[in-house]
Amino acid sequence: MSVTQARPARVAFAVEQAWQLNPQVALRDESFGALAYHYGNRRLVFLKSRLLVELVSSLGEYPSAATAIAAVVPEGQHDAYRRALARLAASEVIDAR
Amino acid sequence: MPADSAPLPLQEQFSRGLDAPICLTWELTYACNLACVHCLSSSGRRDPNELTPAEARGIVDDMVDMKVFYVNVGGGEPMLRPDFFDLVSYAVDRRVGVKFSTNGTRLTADRARQLAALDYLDVQISIDGATAATNDVVRGEGSFAAARTAMDNLAAADFGPFKISVVVTRQNVEELDALAAIADSYGAQLRLTRLRPSGRAVDTWDALHPTAAQQRTLYHWLIERPGVLTGDSFFHLSALGEPLDGLNLCGAGRVVCLIDPIGDVYACPFVIDRQFLAGNVRDEGGFPSVWRDSALFTSLREPQSAGACASCGSFDACRGGCMAAKFFTGLPLDGPDPECVLGHGEAALAALDTRPQSELGHSKVGRDGTPIPVPTPVRVSFRSPARA
Repeated sequence: MSVTQARPARVAFAVEQAWQLNPQVALRDESFGALAYHYGNRRLVFLKSRLLVELVSSLGEYPSAATAIAAVVPEGQHDAYRRALARLAASEVIDAR
Repeated sequence: MPADSAPLPLQEQFSRGLDAPICLTWELTYACNLACVHCLSSSGRRDPNELTPAEARGIVDDMVDMKVFYVNVGGGEPMLRPDFFDLVSYAVDRRVGVKFSTNGTRLTADRARQLAALDYLDVQISIDGATAATNDVVRGEGSFAAARTAMDNLAAADFGPFKISVVVTRQNVEELDALAAIADSYGAQLRLTRLRPSGRAVDTWDALHPTAAQQRTLYHWLIERPGVLTGDSFFHLSALGEPLDGLNLCGAGRVVCLIDPIGDVYACPFVIDRQFLAGNVRDEGGFPSVWRDSALFTSLREPQSAGACASCGSFDACRGGCMAAKFFTGLPLDGPDPECVLGHGEAALAALDTRPQSELGHSKVGRDGTPIPVPTPVRVSFRSPARA
């Protein structure tokens, strides 16, 4: 199978910017989190926690990634989730809106 | 705990099975106009019990319900199925992507244009050498030229980056650079997969599988070329050093399975044998029920014994290798892979004197019932699409 892990960020991820789940990406819930499949670049990416799935799914409802993280992610884990979103931006699972 | 790591490593999660497959192979027909000597499904003759167009569409509906993102379509030669285009359109219209493998003999200029018009469709054309001389010994006289014509047709139709799929053999491993050059000349992606001793390759594996030295060459060649696709099939080579890109585990029955042309569901495309038959899509509950509840898949999702490999320092890298390769060479499933890079497989093979023969197969036979020698020459007679 063609499985590609998210590569290091090639496109700048700006946390103050507004983001959304890429419309070309479908999510499939799994016990560990979710599979994300990008119908354009045909990449399969793993979202390795339920919280990350929740964050990614709700990005579109917030004025910025930072406000989404503040609302969804517990204090103390913000940096880790910011890095996770940067990786997902690089693999085009999320895109700027 | 990093934000994107799970309580269990992902590999461990996958080995316990997912709610739906990631890598679902669907062979549409056993009919084939070629007779490759290493055909993993011993294809040739259409099976009279193959799924009807309505049944096939029902399987696509199941995939939609299970959120299967894409399906790998093969055969036999899938383009020989009369409803091939209807079925592919039905799937991609429902956002079930199709990645289909073909020998290219039916991929006319018109067909190429039809394929190019579909979203979510990938095509891979099989060749097993960079020259007709190397390829045709395995796939049949004329098959290399036919495949190249199909590639030309896809390029002319502006299909985009199709794939060229190669089973690595002792004979073509020296041609990897030349194969990469062919792919580059089309802007295509090269995809290399491992030869398994399945189907007709039960009889040809000894002569075709790469040597130990060639396996090391292949490993380093792949490490230097992360853009070359492998379908995760060379994870047994990961014991040679840093792991190859991919999941590096046997996904059979856990994240991988095969639906064959008559609806039988096997643990993976390389184990078409009763021992690895989980059920049939015509059974009550259909494919979803076979995937979720079959006794075979349930047992494959339980922790597996490392057996004779338990004391090997490389077990975490290769996980004991390929179940199909072991089964069809007669090796125990909890022992080393026949092509174990540390040589444990060769020693185990030397100690065997018999190999299992599968009673399943659809190889062509003559009127007297005797098998027709393989490979047979391909007769490339492009029928007009209007009548095809």
